[in-house]
Formats: sequence, C-alpha cells, structure tokens
Amino acid sequence: MVTTLKDATSFLTSRLRQIGIFVALLVIVGFFQILTAGALLQPENVSNIVVQNSYILLLAIGMVMVIIAGHIDLSVGSVAAFVGAMSGVMIQDWGFPWWLALGASLVVGALVGAWQGFWIAYVGIPAFIVTLAGMLIFRGLTQIVLENQRITGFPEEYRQLGGGFLFPGLFPPETNIFDWTTVGLGLLAVVLLAAQQLRSRKSRSRLGLDEEPKAWFATKLAFGIVMILGVTYLLGSSRGGTPIVLVVLGALIVIYSAVMNRSVFGRHIYARGGNLHAAELSGVKTKKIDFYLFVNMGALSALAGLVFTGRLNSAGPGAGNLFELDAIAAAFIGGAAVTGGIGTVVGAITGGLIMGVLNNGMSLMGVGTDYQQFIKGMVLLLAVAFDVFNKRRVAGTSKPRRDRGLGRGGSAKPLQDQGHALAATDTEGDKSDGAAGGGEPVQQGGRQT
Amino acid sequence: MAKHILEMRDITKTFPGVKALANVNLDVEYGHVHAICGENGAGKSTLMKVLSGVYPHGTYDGDIIFEGQPVEFKDIRDSEKSGIVIIHQELALSPYLSVAENIFLGNERSHRGFIDWDATNLEASKLLARVGLKMSPLTKAGDIGVGRQQLVEIAKALSKDVRLLILDEPTAALNDEDSEHLLGLVRELRDEGITCIIISHKLNEIRAIADVVTIIRDGRTIESLSLDEGEVSEDRIIKGMVGRDLEHRYPHRVPAIGEEVLRVEDWTVHHPDEHSRVVIDGVNLSVRAGEIVGIAGLMGAGRTELAMSIFGRSYGTNITGTVYKNGLPISTRTVSEAIGHGIAYATEDRKKYGLNLIEDIKRNISAAALGKLAKKGWVDGDQEVIVAEKFRRSMNIKAPSVTSVTGKLSGGNQQKVVLSKWMFSDPDVLILDEPTRGIDVGAKYEIYTIINKLAAEGKAIIVISSELPEILGICDRIYTLAEGAITGEVSIAEANPEILMQHMTKDKD
Repeated sequence: MVTTLKDATSFLTSRLRQIGIFVALLVIVGFFQILTAGALLQPENVSNIVVQNSYILLLAIGMVMVIIAGHIDLSVGSVAAFVGAMSGVMIQDWGFPWWLALGASLVVGALVGAWQGFWIAYVGIPAFIVTLAGMLIFRGLTQIVLENQRITGFPEEYRQLGGGFLFPGLFPPETNIFDWTTVGLGLLAVVLLAAQQLRSRKSRSRLGLDEEPKAWFATKLAFGIVMILGVTYLLGSSRGGTPIVLVVLGALIVIYSAVMNRSVFGRHIYARGGNLHAAELSGVKTKKIDFYLFVNMGALSALAGLVFTGRLNSAGPGAGNLFELDAIAAAFIGGAAVTGGIGTVVGAITGGLIMGVLNNGMSLMGVGTDYQQFIKGMVLLLAVAFDVFNKRRVAGTSKPRRDRGLGRGGSAKPLQDQGHALAATDTEGDKSDGAAGGGEPVQQGGRQT
Repeated sequence: MAKHILEMRDITKTFPGVKALANVNLDVEYGHVHAICGENGAGKSTLMKVLSGVYPHGTYDGDIIFEGQPVEFKDIRDSEKSGIVIIHQELALSPYLSVAENIFLGNERSHRGFIDWDATNLEASKLLARVGLKMSPLTKAGDIGVGRQQLVEIAKALSKDVRLLILDEPTAALNDEDSEHLLGLVRELRDEGITCIIISHKLNEIRAIADVVTIIRDGRTIESLSLDEGEVSEDRIIKGMVGRDLEHRYPHRVPAIGEEVLRVEDWTVHHPDEHSRVVIDGVNLSVRAGEIVGIAGLMGAGRTELAMSIFGRSYGTNITGTVYKNGLPISTRTVSEAIGHGIAYATEDRKKYGLNLIEDIKRNISAAALGKLAKKGWVDGDQEVIVAEKFRRSMNIKAPSVTSVTGKLSGGNQQKVVLSKWMFSDPDVLILDEPTRGIDVGAKYEIYTIINKLAAEGKAIIVISSELPEILGICDRIYTLAEGAITGEVSIAEANPEILMQHMTKDKD
C-alpha cells in the first residue's frame, strides 16, 4: 500500500511538468471564480475572454515556434498594427473587396516575415536585433500609412473575423436553451479527441513503448473531455454562441501541433533549437528553417492584426502595442525554454489563457492596471522559475555550478555532465575550438561600455 | 633550501567511470625546465588542472607540496597567489581589450576602485619588454598574431609574481620563428629563477629546452629521464609514451577489401578566420569498400578540420581540391549534399556537434535521415519507433526505452546513438572522429565490434584517432597527418607505434 502510494506520487511528480501548466490554469480559474463571486465563468464573460485574447493566442502559436528554434520576435505587435492599417488602406483608399483585402493582408504579413527572415537567416543578424528594428520600422510604417489617423468603418464581413459568431440567428436564444451549433461542435471535438487519444495509446502499446497506467490515461482523457464540455456548455448558453475566431484558432492549434510533432519541418525546428551544430551536421538546412519560421510568424501576425482590427472596427497607429510581450510571456509560461529546443503549441496557448484569465479576473475585481502589471510580471517570473527548479530537481543537481576553468572552453554545464565533459576534454586533442571557428557567430559587441 | 620546488605525491583523480590519474608522482627541481610527455589522453592536462586548483583540493587524492609546504588549492586564484600560473593551450585573452587590460585582467592596477591607467600601461610596457615584445600596450589583443598572444600570456603570468610557470602546448599553434622565440624566453626566465613545466608533443623542442622529462601514460607516471646526463634519444621518449600491451583490447577481424569508394585529391583548406593560414595542405587520400583507414596525428595536426571540410565544408574557407566517389567527382558543398552522396561523419565532440541532448533517442537516431521516415513532409512516428528500437537492440544501447533523453545516457551509449544515426542514413563512407573518446574500456570494445561489422558489410571507414594503439588495433592502413599535410602512409603490416610517432612528429617538409 505504502509502495503503491509512493509509486503514484513519484509518477505524478514525474508528470508534473507535463500537467503543471493545466493545473495552474484550473487553479487560477477557480481562484477568480471564487473572488469574483462567479462572474468569471458567466457565459458572456467566457465568450469575452476567448475573443479578447484570440489575437495574443494566434501570436503565441508563431512565437513558441520561433522560441523553440532559439530565436525571439519583438516585432509582432508592430507588424499586426501595420497589417491592420494596410487592410484599412486597401479597403478605404484602394477599394478592395473585403475578401481580397484579407488575402492581400496575409501576403503582406508573410512578406514582412520574409524581410526579417532574410536578415536573420541569410545575413546572420540575431533575431533580437532584427525584430527590435522591425518593431520600430513597422510601427513607423503604420503611422506613415495611416497618416497618424484612425481608419474605421470596416465592412461587416471583415468584422466577422474579430467579432462575429458562427451561424448567428440559426438557434435564437429566445427559443433555444443552447446554441446547438456550439453543442454540435463541442461534441465533435470530444469525439475527435477521444479517437485520437485512443489511437495513439493503441499504437504506443503495439510498439512496446513505456505505457501509461490505464487509470492515468483515463483520468487525462476524462479531464480533457470535461474541459471541452464545460467550455461548450458555457459558450452554448451565451448569447452569441461560438465566436468565429475560436474556430479559426482551434483549427490552427490542431494544424500547428501536428506540424510541430509530426512534420519534417517541425522536427527540424526542434533539432535546430536543441543543438544548432548537431542539426547542421545532420544535414538540416537551418537557414531555410529560420527563414520560413519568420515568414510564418509574419503571416500569423497579420492574422492577429486582422482579428484585432475587425474586433475594434478600427485600425489605429497605436494598435498592437505590447502584444509581443504578451505572446512571449505566453510561450514561456507554457514551458518553452529560453535556450530553445523545448516547447509546445498547446503549452503556449495554455500560457496565453493563464495571462488572459489573470487580466480578465483582475479587471472584474476592479484591480487597477498598475497592480495587474505587477502581478502578471510576478506570474511570468515564478512560472519560469518553477520550470527551472523542476528541471534541476529531475536532473539531480541542486545548484548551478560556476565553471572555474580559465580557458575559453569553460561553460556552465550541469554537474552530472561534468565527469564526461572533463574526461572528454582531457584527451587534449585538437579541440572543437579550432573546428568550431567558422560555425560560432562572433558575439556582437563583446565589450559593453 | 629544498631541492624541489614542487612535489606531487600519489595523485589520484577519478571521473565517473574513468580513472584519469592513478598514483602519479612528480618532482620538479628549482630552476629547471621540466617537460611532461605523453599521448593524448594520458592525463597530462588533468594533472596540471589538479596542480593549479581547477580541480580543487578534496576532489582528488594525494598531496601537493610546493616550496616545502603542503598546499590545498581551492581554485585558480588560490594557486596563483602561491605563484603557480598555468597558460592553457587555448589562449584566454579577450580580443576586444587592449594588451595592457588583458595583462591586468582580474588583477587591475587600481586606486579606490578606479583603474590607474598610467600605472597599468607603464607596467604593461615593462612586462612586454621583458618578454621581448616591442609594441604599444594599447594594442587590441585580437589584432596580434597567436605567437605574440602567447607572449602576452607570459607577460600576464609575470605580472603575478610567478614562481612556477606551466605552459600547456605553448608552441602547438606557432610557426617555427615564434616557437624559437618563445623557447628562448623560457630559457631566459629559467635563468632568472622561474621554474617551468612545459607540456609538449614536439620531442625536438623538449630535447632542446628541458632539463628533465617525465613521461605519463594511462594516468600513471612511467619514468623521469634526465636530459642533462647522457643521451636520451627521441626514440627513447616515444617508447616510454606508447609502450603498452595491445592484446585483447581489439576484436579479431579478417578484412575483405573491395574497390575504391572515396578518394580526395589535392585537398587544401584555409582557416575560417585567418584566411591566409593554410590548415589542410594538399591532402590526398583514398579508402576502399570494407577497408578501415586510420588517420593519426597529434594535437593541431588538422584531423578534425580535414574531416569536417570534406563533410559539407563544415570547416574552413577557400577550400580547393576534388572528392571522388566510385571514381566520379562529386560535390560536397553542403552537409545534405555530402549525406546524399553517402558520406557520414560522426563527430569527435558528440555533446557539442553530435547529439541534441534534450531530445530522446529515437529523434536523435532519425535526425540525419528523417526523409526516409516521411511521406510528403509528414513523419511516420510509428516507423520511427520501430527503427529506433531496432538500433537500440542491435547496438545494445543501455536505456529503458527509445524515448529516453540522450543527455542522461553514459558516454558509451551516447556514442552508440550517434553511430546509429549515421548507420540509419545508410552511408557508403563513414568518417569516425575519435569514436571512443571519453568512454570506458568495455564500451570501447563494443564500438570496435560495431566498426568491424560495418566494414564487413562493405562500408568504407575512416577512423580518426589520437590513440595510436586504437589505430593499430583496428585499421588496415594508416595515414599520418602533421601540420595539415599527410606525412606518411603505412600499411598495418609495417606499422608500429614508433614509426607512426616519427611520421606524426615530422616536419612537413
């Protein structure tokens, strides 16, 4: 009995990293549900949370991919604003129909991404610098394009993307308890999730991989189903039903999760972020990967910009301010590693939702933006600190070790690696230093004054 | 006054799974230049790290007695305070700082927290003059050549009131003129009463400068030879460095050698940063199907640079020469081209260049040939597991499952993952760079068995190794490399350690 309890505990702690973020989201939701006396999970408010955060979540998808590859993108807020402005110009000044404006805007976003990707991948300027420049460049272009004025009055169809609902009026709330479209979608999602989970479990056991205990699997699946049904119930009983942007977001989450897990492109992103040299020496075309990552990020920024513009029915010079920081925070709260190679799309989305619920809950409680900022900052710091501690505990090291070597080779490695690393270094062969000469980019401005 | 400035007694240092030093003794007399000699991996650098406090007291067994007093260094600062200064083979100057700033880095001439620039530059000029450098102390360290940088390092050591100066491979990267100058300086310092320990592979240098040479092999002191009295020939030193039992460490193999698979002609490579410096100089080599060809060379000979430049130009600039595969010239400009032509390169530094340590075994194994598992850009995850599982069994990778993270495996098992990765890419030519570096004896035997099996399947194999016994134990033919040029080609029948060492220490002209 004692041993099974111990086993169960150690099993749970080993999965802590995997489930911790979901648990954290639930705890935060519960916390605010109590503090706001049930206002948080009112159907209309849930609908609001989804729509309000949709553009951050869209950005978080692209951002986590960029971060997994070991880069960062500071320009997404400015790019979103620029594309929103361009779409306004296309519609108002150039007379584009709404559908053409949407399509052309996505292309503009991809081109912006290609511009930044070019500097990062092929010129070799760190993404931090290129996108910091991009942040200024595209903010400036937004203001130039808008001539520092606001464009409003977007066509109805355009605005659907940000503020519309799926099949409104099909099941009017006056005569229906639920929006049956939403219920149908929710049930479909449950069936798809269950089918996918069962299939993957079956193939794992067929391949003889480490099997999860049945109870654990069942709990996880039940948890997922309850979550979907809960959201379905809430949205189904809200006035509008399913926001269109949620459908777009859901589809993108599924597609990008598959890309990251199962496509060659996605796997090369993880390889590039995990160990650039090893990836290059395995024939991964890392420059191409970097380039397309930023093209993708540009297109997603464009989409976020369209959603935002559509929701506000306005393209302004200050739109999208600080979006980049929310998206980056979402990715890191969701478990992405600063050094690259680690992270998931679902994690980033959950991280984004945590930020969103925090925002919304605190607003409902009437907490001022001053405290909101403070608390969000603390949450980001603690989430990443938790991750770092957890990793260290799993690795069996207690504190970071400062490498005392004089030579350049000195780098802080986790303790467990020291033995091998030193044993390897001791052979004093013509060390990698010489061989690395070409590969390692010289640190920009090694001397800071 | 005691005769010995330094006595190291029964020094033993173990790393997990490896005994790097076993009861090493070292006595250095006042005013001597004391050379330490040994093969790569013999334990020379480890011994010097113990002495200088890189490995602090308590992480090793044994006693160090310096100037008659037992010492227990906690770190490098501690040993420097006592007057022991080590200059590493990889120079540690900051390229963006001036020479004067470098000399006093961490030891600044300051007054109440503010740098006294006049004192800094004045003292730096004096120190520079003492090591024979005529240059402004304001020159950036990155703007001077390696030879001068080495002298700046010595000036830095002198600024710390050095009593015992340790030079680790000081001339490895220097040309003859700079080497000559440096050795002259070491002689002068000795006459001024600074004792010197010098680690070097260059036997002619040792004979020219050292008073005593201590030979270390397999983490043990073999002998100390006095060079003052009587003739100690280079051959005598070589014998001490390499003489060991080669039996039973290498699996038996009957070679079945076929047609030539890969030939490299006139391969010349320049340094990636210093474009005028030739790193690989007109190399010609070939390897046949089923043949294991060794490349032997000392530190700095350019072995890894040669291999990486062939493999997708991963090293160097301004590369000229031709690679032939099955008699036809091929292009290996990018790594994917090289892999496409059936060439694989397993790196000497698996942690830095070989593996994604935060990723699991299966994803590392599939990394170089993911396309084989994919249809239209989508990876077949099930097939990937099956492939990885096959390698886990056939290569005897000791891990609970193929989803185990590679960073947590032992060196030997990591190496097996690297080899699996390249075997899965199904190459015709495998270049194995230090395939057994940093792994224990048992795992080495397994790796050798795998190499033999690959050769038996008709793969052409090139093994780069700094361990002569390994080269002699598994290869059919051996090239020796010195200063970027092939200095000899020896068939296994005529090869022995002495002959190889002679070729490896030979000047290229």
